[in-house]
Amino acid sequence: MTTQTKKTIFNRPEKPYVHPYFGGMVLGVILFLALLFTGNGLGSSGATARIDAALVDAVSPSHVDNNPYLLKMAGGDKNPFDDWILPVFIGALLGGFASGAFNGRLKFMTTKGPNISNRTRWLMAFLGGVIFLYGARMARGCTSGQALTGGTTLSAGSWLVMFSIFGGAYALAYFVRKLWN
Amino acid sequence: MNFPIPSLIAVSAANPWSYLVFALVGFAFGFTLEMSGFGDSRKLAAQFYFTELTVLKVMFTAIVTAMVLLFGAVGLGILDFSQVWVNTTYIWSGILGGLIMGVGFIIGGFCPTTSLASASTGKIDGMLFMLGGFVGAFLFGETEPLFTNWYNNAGYLGRLTLDQVFGIPIGAVVVLVILMALFMFWGAEQLERIIGKKDLSKEPKIRVAGAVALFVGALAVFFIGSPSLEDKYNKVKFTRTESIPQLNADPIVNTYTYTADDMLAKRLVHITPAEAFKAKYNQAMNPIYIDVRPEAEYNLYHVEDAVNVPLDRITEIVPLLLSEPPANSVFIVMGNDETAATDAWKLLVGSGVTNSYILEGGVNNWIAFFGTDDKALQANPKAGDDELGYIFPAALGSNYESCSPSPVEYEALEFEAKIVLQLKRDKSGGGCG
Repeated sequence: MTTQTKKTIFNRPEKPYVHPYFGGMVLGVILFLALLFTGNGLGSSGATARIDAALVDAVSPSHVDNNPYLLKMAGGDKNPFDDWILPVFIGALLGGFASGAFNGRLKFMTTKGPNISNRTRWLMAFLGGVIFLYGARMARGCTSGQALTGGTTLSAGSWLVMFSIFGGAYALAYFVRKLWN
Repeated sequence: MNFPIPSLIAVSAANPWSYLVFALVGFAFGFTLEMSGFGDSRKLAAQFYFTELTVLKVMFTAIVTAMVLLFGAVGLGILDFSQVWVNTTYIWSGILGGLIMGVGFIIGGFCPTTSLASASTGKIDGMLFMLGGFVGAFLFGETEPLFTNWYNNAGYLGRLTLDQVFGIPIGAVVVLVILMALFMFWGAEQLERIIGKKDLSKEPKIRVAGAVALFVGALAVFFIGSPSLEDKYNKVKFTRTESIPQLNADPIVNTYTYTADDMLAKRLVHITPAEAFKAKYNQAMNPIYIDVRPEAEYNLYHVEDAVNVPLDRITEIVPLLLSEPPANSVFIVMGNDETAATDAWKLLVGSGVTNSYILEGGVNNWIAFFGTDDKALQANPKAGDDELGYIFPAALGSNYESCSPSPVEYEALEFEAKIVLQLKRDKSGGGCG
């Protein structure tokens, strides 16, 4: 008799990832439909900033009213969550979870290069997040809102941002190769 | 049906479906990123060591697929491109922000949305990246006041698309981008073969067919071209409501849909000098007076705050009008009479500039209404159609008294209000704003 493994959503057989061109094509169709129906594309970093603004607004509304950047999102009676990017953000979390569950990839683990410890990876992931979102707010959008969406609508500025992201990453890649190889 | 759907351009509590639609978009987005492998930071970082170029392949396939479909739909007149959010261009903050993002990418191994797909599938590094993101965005908000002037002006060029930069048709840009992407895919596969030691013979052959299909699609976009201004003008619809009061009951509200030509024939876009003047003191709107007469006539006499854009140059300012002024801007075009102003109005409406109106009777009517006491102005009986009907002693521009009527003297003005504010997309209402 063979031992049967219990098939919960956390213990499904892990399926391979889809082919990159196929994934890209599906993503392109989704992006097109979003632009067609709503006139907006995809994004996420704006939601991070808006959640931050809401937190600051809850702690110190007067600080928000004195900060030009936060003011635009949460000043006075403004509700920082009143923006299309919030449901997209929450939807993306759920969608990622659903795909992970469907394909047997829900698992607490750390994805890292072979030659660094978990702790180093965690620290670097956190730092990377800090740096990335700082840059994303400066550039008014991240890889989704600028590179993907702006790239599609042929925005001149977005193409500059896209090349700058890849430029920055390639320029530094050699110096941090120990993290990944 | 005209796309995008106006009620879905932004979320609003009045339309709860809008939240659901955007949540579905997000769901599909997160799902696709995860199934493409972007929950794993190693797959993302491999891009920068040329061993596996999944990031480039997924991203550029998505961009070119969406681009061909998007501009195909625009060319066929299904989608109104002026209502699609195009990220505004800020050269310097974009470049610096992009470089900083690149640093975050290679150190952290994710970008913001991929970290969501990673965190939601239990990857601890994904969660920490996401957490770090909240700190980074917070730090930006706290430090932005130090360089707010630079941040808000850094090489600002407004809504600028690549076809405008290179001065070629948008279809040609699409073809060039697709050729570039196909070349990059080929290069990426060669790099994977040489550096990543990947066996390319196992790659599905159908990808070649996909590449051909993309290229054919791009050629189709090029040959369809952009819809002419006239086509776009004919598709514009206006809605007006009429409320009939009832005795002891709620008023009956009728909604009518008009074409642009109907609006002109019924004179629903012709606003009196009184309404045009009062708009300045209406907090709900931001009137912008566009004087379409030749510069010489503008210099002789023009309404205070009017900007001079001669009729033949009106299309040049359209991109600016689409991206720059606040959402509640009302554009009031004026000529000497109405002929030139009507032509300008048609150009604006065809280009997707919402809230455009015509000053009834033009500048002549303005002077007739506000300038009756102005002794310096004399009627010119020889003036022909759409010519200036007055003789001016000097080119004083907007320094005649009637150019800026006194809001006290004209406090009480009666007019039939024709301006119906149609809120378009706010300039900060799109993108990752």
